[in-house]
Amino acid sequence: MQPKMITLTVNGRKHQVAFSPDETLLNALRQLNYTDVKNGCEKGDCGACAVLLNGKAVNSCLVLACQADGSEILTNAGLGTMDNPHPIQEAFADAGAAQCGYCTPGMIISAKALLDQNPHPSEEEIREAISGNLCRCTGYAQIITAIQIAAERMAASALADSGQGGKQ
Amino acid sequence: MKYKAKPLPPVEPPDLRVVGKPLRRVDALGKAVGSTVYAGDFSMPNMLHGKVFRSSQPSARIKRLDVSKARELPGVICVLTAKDLPDAKLVTDMPGQTGQKRRAGTDAPVLASEVIRYRGEPIALVAAERLDIAEQALERIEIEYDTLPGVYDPLEAMKPGAPVVYEPDNIVATWKIRKGDVQAGMAMADMIIENTFSVPFVDHAYLEPEAGVAWMDDQNVIHIRVCTQVVEHFRSIARALGVPQNKIHIQGTLLGGGFGGKEDITVEIFLALLAKHTRRPVRLAYSREESIMAHSKRHPFIITHHTGVKRNGRITAAEIEMISDAGAYPYLSPYVLLYATVTACGPYRVEHLKVDSTSVATNNPFTSAFRGFGAAQACVAYEQQMDEIAKALDMDPLDVRRANYLSTGDRNATGQQMKSAVWLEETATRALEALGEKTSECGLIKVGQGFASYMQSYGRITWFHDTSRAWVGLELDGTAVIRCGVPDLGGGQVNTLCQIASEVLGVPLENFIIYSTDSALTPLAGTTTATRQLYMSGSAVHQAASEIRRVLLEYAQLHFEQDIENLELADGKVYVKSDPENLLPLSELTKMCAAEGLPLSNLALFKAPFTDPIDPETGQGDIFPDFTFGAHAVEVAVDTETGEITLLKSVGCHDVGRAINPIAVEGQIQGGSAQGLGYALMEEVQVVEGVIQTPSLSEYLIPTSRDLPTTKAIILESGTGLGPFGAKGIGEPSLTPAAPAVANAVTNALGVRIKDLPLTPEKVLAAIEEAKNA
Repeated sequence: MQPKMITLTVNGRKHQVAFSPDETLLNALRQLNYTDVKNGCEKGDCGACAVLLNGKAVNSCLVLACQADGSEILTNAGLGTMDNPHPIQEAFADAGAAQCGYCTPGMIISAKALLDQNPHPSEEEIREAISGNLCRCTGYAQIITAIQIAAERMAASALADSGQGGKQ
Repeated sequence: MKYKAKPLPPVEPPDLRVVGKPLRRVDALGKAVGSTVYAGDFSMPNMLHGKVFRSSQPSARIKRLDVSKARELPGVICVLTAKDLPDAKLVTDMPGQTGQKRRAGTDAPVLASEVIRYRGEPIALVAAERLDIAEQALERIEIEYDTLPGVYDPLEAMKPGAPVVYEPDNIVATWKIRKGDVQAGMAMADMIIENTFSVPFVDHAYLEPEAGVAWMDDQNVIHIRVCTQVVEHFRSIARALGVPQNKIHIQGTLLGGGFGGKEDITVEIFLALLAKHTRRPVRLAYSREESIMAHSKRHPFIITHHTGVKRNGRITAAEIEMISDAGAYPYLSPYVLLYATVTACGPYRVEHLKVDSTSVATNNPFTSAFRGFGAAQACVAYEQQMDEIAKALDMDPLDVRRANYLSTGDRNATGQQMKSAVWLEETATRALEALGEKTSECGLIKVGQGFASYMQSYGRITWFHDTSRAWVGLELDGTAVIRCGVPDLGGGQVNTLCQIASEVLGVPLENFIIYSTDSALTPLAGTTTATRQLYMSGSAVHQAASEIRRVLLEYAQLHFEQDIENLELADGKVYVKSDPENLLPLSELTKMCAAEGLPLSNLALFKAPFTDPIDPETGQGDIFPDFTFGAHAVEVAVDTETGEITLLKSVGCHDVGRAINPIAVEGQIQGGSAQGLGYALMEEVQVVEGVIQTPSLSEYLIPTSRDLPTTKAIILESGTGLGPFGAKGIGEPSLTPAAPAVANAVTNALGVRIKDLPLTPEKVLAAIEEAKNA
């Protein structure tokens, strides 16, 4: 199949690249060296390859790269860095939510999608939100705790930013 | 409350600063932000892509194999078949693990040349400029088979006249235990209870499929960057390639899970062969489907218990038979069978014991290590049997166990004396107490509670003469480095070593760097298997760090003109205990020691106890360094209309000896038990005539976040383990009791027992129906 020129904006960086029409977004992202997007099954069973596509969590193995032409994509590595981690990433590290860490990027993307919509989720809502992300190490308990901790910290920091908790 | 926690014996609280604290693991943030680089994430300049051509038949002879059309495809650099590698075998035995039970000539060929023994057996390797070209090349390989009669059931395979997987017969290994006089013991019994239990094939289903890259350098050393539990496989790889051992270098990565499935060689030899033949870097990564087809499975077992008991619940004798399906090649089957044999009667005093176990070759997928390693399968049987004994005697399940639990000083099935704390009743009563009152039933929903106790070894079989090495050193600015060959599967193995050294040296955890899992550049630490790394490499690190501590304190003694007992090393400094302001930062102390030529690094070798093999006729002798004990309890709701089982509550209570990092220990208990709960309820690699019917994660289901309640982890610390600071091991033990606890809870809910895992809705409905008709 003839490659097609597409534009992907990944973690704020614009790529103009040619991909075959049957190439998945997962493989495209990994070829562009976004290797934090993990390949676990290529069938949408495990959620390890989840990314935010225009703000919505998707399994990148179930999206064709060409379908994402012109889209904004956020991977877990785009949320934060070692020096400046996102509160969800920080909470995952603190709570022991990453054991082998292979499911973690996709898990954090699902958590981010949840907290964007619902900043104060119940345990049941968290379980529902990550039910498409398989983890074989943790039994999910510390992941749920991490998302709860992140929600609390983000709420506290939003409160501080809004002035009610701070000087301004 | 029906069950109350048994009081613990008094334990001296340890005086520790770093060990025992729920600190953030040194590898945690990298994983959380997605910076950790896994084996499948590497690429190299000029890199080729490898693929494996596999058998579509489970039992066949290769009639014709023609790879010429694949070789002719533009972009294909190399196609290898068995003709290109005479006699290359995949030898799974480890140094020191000379398997007197492993028969000669049964090692798997690296590539099949003649006979195909299982579906998915590797036949040819391809390396091409692009992955899609490698895939096309596979399609151009021409093969014709003469199918051979296969054998797919271990019971059939044991019969005379059954197809033979490899000569002379299908018996891969046998073990026996002969202790006391079983006939006399049975004669003393008031009742004999007999049951047969079975467990299925299970897949490890780690999230990271097997992957790696390899390249050859200008010294002809082949470097293999790969996810493996065993960097010492470099020796087997060298043997398969016919090169000296110092020409193979494994650079392990942090693993995306292992659970025993990356204990045997996976992609390493294929990578090494392709790199050697092309002299270019090669990448090989399995898809999920190829992973499920290519790696080992947990052994299915059929286990029959005949138990003689007194009316008071005391066991007078037990006779146990075990049969495991080894699949097409032995791999670690003899040892998995041995672990099952040794724990066949569980953590109970059985003076008159007879165990006969057999591992049988079939044309099914091969089976090998999986967290729990035979001891988990044994527990599924003995803990259901204990509940059946309780039912037959109309006793409380805990009371029956209480009458038989081992205590410190008692001897187990092989006659080995239990030397550490044996907190069986302590853990079982705590798990049951935490479970609380039974949730009330509602309509067609029945609720049941159940629990299971267990014993599981940590550390390898003592006649393997196990060792580990670790190097610890201080830099002149007071920071520290650990070099230790330990592979980290995700359980926190490297962090644990840092926390131990931090405690000993007083260097803050954030000032440690650890280099791990490299067969050439880090001292060999042995396998991350057998719940051995905390015990073995933790002890090696403790030893090395303690030697540096001695050097530092001996110098500080002169500097402060104080006895060593009056000095403390903590928080990056040495100071006088009675006058903490009188201090030296480690950055200064290390420079002073270096100026005096004092050694600020140490390479330690830790040895487990060495023993001779157990007596092959009686199975008697010391066999493991020590054991972990604990219990798991669950509550289930069973919908009697649909057969569906819902887990309501789950509690694991284990004596871990010492929790080096409580968050990591809790993670082991919750994660290990999740695998055990899945084993009980949903996991089964279905195999029909040698063909896997559950080829991907769409069909092979593992628990999701909606299938499990949060497992409450109750961590007890007797401080009596053989590991650093009195630690035992918890990696495998966390899984072992979960599945039988579920089976017992479901029986408690339904009043009938399903003796074959997993407990699917179909089996539940059939059992209800059968009970109605009985």
